[in-house]
Amino acid sequence: MTSGDAGWEERSAVRVVPPLRPRKLAKVPFVELAEGRLQGVVSSGSDIARVYVSSIAAGTHNFSCSTNNNRPCAGAGGSRHCKHLKALIDEAVRQYGFDRVARYLKVDASEGDDLHFLLKGRLEKAPAAMVFSRFLRHLTYLQVPAVSEPLPEMHWFPAWKAVA
Amino acid sequence: MQAVQLAELLAQSPPGVAEAVEVVAGFDAALAGGLARLGPRHTEAVNALAAAVGASPLGTALADASAKVAGGAIGVPEMTALAGARAALLGAAHDALLARLDGALGRSRAVWEERPAEGEPVPANLLAAARSWLRELAIAGWLGVDEGLASAAEQAVEALWGEPRLRRLAVLLDGMAAELRVSSPVATMDRVPERRWADLWTRAVLLSHSGGWTGGTATVSGRLLPLGVDVHEHGTAVQAQLHAVLEPADGDGPVRLVRVAVSAAKVDTIVGPEVWKLLSAYPTLLAALAEHRSVNVAGMRLTAGGDLLWDEERAEAGEPADPFATARVRLPDAEAPAVAPLDRHPVHIAEPVLVEGYKVKREGTFDLGGQILAVDLDRLPPGGPLTERLVTASTACIGLLRWDAGRWSLQPLAVQSAVKKQPVAAHNGDWALGPTDPKVVKAQVRSGDPVAVLTERAGRLLRK
Ligand SMILES: [Zn+2]
Repeated sequence: MTSGDAGWEERSAVRVVPPLRPRKLAKVPFVELAEGRLQGVVSSGSDIARVYVSSIAAGTHNFSCSTNNNRPCAGAGGSRHCKHLKALIDEAVRQYGFDRVARYLKVDASEGDDLHFLLKGRLEKAPAAMVFSRFLRHLTYLQVPAVSEPLPEMHWFPAWKAVA
Repeated sequence: MQAVQLAELLAQSPPGVAEAVEVVAGFDAALAGGLARLGPRHTEAVNALAAAVGASPLGTALADASAKVAGGAIGVPEMTALAGARAALLGAAHDALLARLDGALGRSRAVWEERPAEGEPVPANLLAAARSWLRELAIAGWLGVDEGLASAAEQAVEALWGEPRLRRLAVLLDGMAAELRVSSPVATMDRVPERRWADLWTRAVLLSHSGGWTGGTATVSGRLLPLGVDVHEHGTAVQAQLHAVLEPADGDGPVRLVRVAVSAAKVDTIVGPEVWKLLSAYPTLLAALAEHRSVNVAGMRLTAGGDLLWDEERAEAGEPADPFATARVRLPDAEAPAVAPLDRHPVHIAEPVLVEGYKVKREGTFDLGGQILAVDLDRLPPGGPLTERLVTASTACIGLLRWDAGRWSLQPLAVQSAVKKQPVAAHNGDWALGPTDPKVVKAQVRSGDPVAVLTERAGRLLRK
């Protein structure tokens, strides 16, 4: 039997964070719903050393795209999303699922709607450096050495079965 | 495990457990609403917690703390006293449950020996930063948590990750903060995981004083025979914990049950079979899991709580060893380890057993001679081959007996079943060296190699 919902509040080991779906990371290595924004880092199609920092604010849906050195992206302007913003939205939906992204951005939408069409904000410069430093911090996890001392607290965090 | 043993395990709950849990539940409800402004019902619950440990050495501290909290003052000493009392009650429940389990299985268990811890004191400022966030949470209560408060620990957690001796607290706070963030604002949740979050908070408060309690070790040599691997995972950490029988070399004590845990930091986009790549520093261990081999260990450190601290230099791959054979022949007489005093919480009950000769009921439970054992079909790690289908088609199962919210269940680690009349076995660790199922390999190719992509980025961007 699956554990179901009976006694959920009384249980020590329950899943609280919805599972993420695996996705290709090469184009958009970092996506997050944080600080009141959908934000992330998008690889430049042409220059391997360059990345774009793209974000969309919850509520207003105003957006921003620039390189990590704060040079504005030529593709984004007025009410027009550049290809980086489009990729950010697509990958966020892949990773978190449509509902979670729509809910966080406060979009009135249901599965099957076109999020690109519903996000009608305007270009509004947001700080790229902050998001980029969050991406760097994200990457530092990959550099923490593995250890063989037990972490008993992880018994509260079972690996839950994949959700189709 | 025999039907008669299961019957003994499932018979009426051991005395005192329900009462202890009820007091804990009262406190958890108070914590959910915040300890700063307790209403009459929650004040009573905090007093009941204090009264429950009144006769113990914690009694005075708790009487003091409950009086202060009732007056609206909640400082670190009060928070610590309350966490200590909650942990003590659940510790007592743990002991009663484990004693019932040992009695039912006829399992002998080692007696706890305090071994002095090694190493130097941990940085006090990092612990203080953690305590300060935990105090803010206690004041606000879960219902007062918003994204700002949930994220307020980010800097403290980042610093904790930089200190290997505080890895336990880093991993716990990171996992807890992620849950609070995704649930923010908590007041709008349909239901709040009160027991779970109070557990995590309590644990974090205790760890924020000492940093850990792994304790000292003794060295041991012998042959390690794997039973099965339990996988733990949240957004930024993964742990593979092997349960095994250790046949010690002459003079190194009885045949005993041990655990081996290896863990790595990760990010949330690394999921499924990919997580094994993060543990590649332990090739001998991973090969033992994937290839069902024994391992010869020489002079490896073992804690009093039964954790073998894995050291590749002291491990050598041995002969093939079928975990089901180990479970049939070696497990029944193996001595179980003692439990470290501060790890006495029902969530840590994870006793390996072999169950066979059952009928699988329609709802997925095992009927063993008329006794019904619940099977946890949610706890099947996506990094291994076990599926609900394999478990419900199985004829034998190595699993962990667990207890949560008043109920015993079996967490499968490995199953034997007949597929088209051919016997097949599937173990959680089968994919430790990479998936063996062509469909899974294909899916993995489709999603690229996230570990390689991110490691490459890290190498390029984080170069000093
Ligand atoms: Zn752009």
